[in-house]
Amino acid sequence: MTLMKSFLGAAATLAITAGGAIADPAIIYDLGGKFDKSFNEAAYNGAERWAAETGGTYRDVELSSDAQREQALRRFAESGYNPIVMAGFSFATSLEAVAADFPDTKFAIIDMVVDAPNVQSVVYSEHEGSYLVGVAAAYAAKGDTVSFIGGMDIPLISKFACGYAQGFKSVKPEGTVIVNMTGTTPAAWNDPVKGGELTRAQKSQGSEVVFAAAGGTGLGVLQTAADEDMLAIGVDSNQNYLQPGKVLTSMVKRVDNAVFQAFSQGTDLEPGFNVMGLANGGVSAAMDEFNAPLITEEMKMALAETEAKIISGEIVVHDYMSDSACPAY
Amino acid sequence: MQAMPKWADAVLIPLISILLAFFFSGLTILAIGKDPVVAIQTMVQGAFGSTNGLGYTLYYTTNFIFTGLAIAVAYHARLFNIGGEGQVMLGGLGVALVCLAIDWPHWTLALPAAMVGGAVFGAAWSFIPAYLQAKRGSHIVITTMMFNFIASAFVGYILLNYLKVPGSMSTESAGFSAGAHLPTFHEMLAPFGINFNKNAPANISFLIALLAAFGFWVLIWKTRLGYEIRSFGESESAAKYAGINPVRITVIAMMISGALCGLMAINNVMGEAERLIDNAPEGAGFIGIAVALMGRNHPVGIVLAALLFGFLYQGGAELTFWEAIPRELIIVIQGLVIMFTGALDNMVRAPLEKLFLTPRKNKKGA
Repeated sequence: MTLMKSFLGAAATLAITAGGAIADPAIIYDLGGKFDKSFNEAAYNGAERWAAETGGTYRDVELSSDAQREQALRRFAESGYNPIVMAGFSFATSLEAVAADFPDTKFAIIDMVVDAPNVQSVVYSEHEGSYLVGVAAAYAAKGDTVSFIGGMDIPLISKFACGYAQGFKSVKPEGTVIVNMTGTTPAAWNDPVKGGELTRAQKSQGSEVVFAAAGGTGLGVLQTAADEDMLAIGVDSNQNYLQPGKVLTSMVKRVDNAVFQAFSQGTDLEPGFNVMGLANGGVSAAMDEFNAPLITEEMKMALAETEAKIISGEIVVHDYMSDSACPAY
Repeated sequence: MQAMPKWADAVLIPLISILLAFFFSGLTILAIGKDPVVAIQTMVQGAFGSTNGLGYTLYYTTNFIFTGLAIAVAYHARLFNIGGEGQVMLGGLGVALVCLAIDWPHWTLALPAAMVGGAVFGAAWSFIPAYLQAKRGSHIVITTMMFNFIASAFVGYILLNYLKVPGSMSTESAGFSAGAHLPTFHEMLAPFGINFNKNAPANISFLIALLAAFGFWVLIWKTRLGYEIRSFGESESAAKYAGINPVRITVIAMMISGALCGLMAINNVMGEAERLIDNAPEGAGFIGIAVALMGRNHPVGIVLAALLFGFLYQGGAELTFWEAIPRELIIVIQGLVIMFTGALDNMVRAPLEKLFLTPRKNKKGA
């Protein structure tokens, strides 16, 4: 069905291309590929939702090499696609070069700031969402140890970890948050086996809830946590359904909303910053039928209260990326 | 010993193999419901139809010429260098260090220095497995392969801890200064009135790759060292008997191989990215094996095979851009070409040999 849909979509786009004038939007996924059950897939879902709701067509592409970033950007811009959305911070260098050459094309880059008059930089307040799931973890854990598994060791992931630790410690100030990163290369995004090993190691250190912000590696974390009778917290997309009853919640980053918004605004895409936080539904803790049994009344109230306080500014969650330091560990 | 005519071995077999590969690729494309004819047209048009496409094709070709030559040098000594990927990575590190160390006034100074940097780092990286093979008998296939992982971790470590721009998220070094910018085809051809696309990454390294191919021919077939490498490859015991030092030849052949891999970095690191990124080779070291196999370890064959793979890479990219053919299928097509030209060589060779040799036998009989 989806296959058929994409064929029809492609055929329709081709037909329009042949017609000459197009202002279809386009999206370029990062090297992870669009069906990663996480970041890129969320972007894909946003694009699909836009296509379903508006009946419009869009073009998308999965890259297979780094040299293709700039190539794809240019080819799409040359062919008149507008706006062009990029899922991932790795496009920054290429976009800086391309944006200047196509002043009339609008670009949106997710997770990165590129300062150009025709670029919208979509950044998420991951620290706020992570704080929230940290509070949830504190209520779910009987003891006072929880843990975090990051993908590649980059500031963005430390931002998740730091927010999570702050949230946890706001409830259990004397507790321990074990933080592990899977690796230092992009391979760390897709190493479910190592994710599982780290989960076991953390369990042996007493962790009861593990938050995985690790792309494909996280799938191994969720699996192992379920096997080892721990609770896990998913990331980016709602991953609660992956291990029903064993995933406490997911720190959802509504990448789909960013894509949907960019596509909907079309050529009127607003340049500048677009901060997606708790207040505008950019990040949230996912609640659905799969994790309902795990969410106690007490937890639910605490979460609602924390969320309100963050939105009102009463709680200011420290952003790791602002000073590369974390007060909570 | 009866043999086929040389032209059949050098031209006919690869050609038939490629046609077979494309035939099966066409079937695969048909199987996912796409039109193989349109697909081939898109690929050819995308790879050769514009100077932009051609620029990308030649950029990839340059990479594969370097790695193909590298694998072939080692293969002439019957050393199977699987570590091209790691050697290119280290070469990239060497090139990046040279480019970042000095604010180069002009590329004519930066390029030779970067070439030395890349070659030395690549050669040094291949020295260790070569030495282990020569002195300890550790199998070169295993050690070079393992060295790819070590290289990846090592370069990642250096990148993250020393070269990365502080606060930046991408695992990449700072950009090189303008003086280290290599002339692209656009800049090289503009004085001749040819307007080559200015965004295509093909650059002067392509000419260096061709020079390297010529140098390879001179080295292997016209020098004493080349003769020693070939004799050692043909028969180690005979070479030893002739007074050729196996340790020396193993180490030298592998270091030349590593140096050629390292040289590739002037194309991808210095010419294209103009900064060191993580996993810069992107598989070129492995493609080099297929290129060398297909090119029959001869520079002319290697250049042609590299062009074919450059076409597959760039044409494949166009397929994903415009035909919505998933990138995984591009890898299938590349795999089919490698399988038919490399692994299934005998499938084409055996019947062809029969075809060529039967009439000759009859003549003898008559």
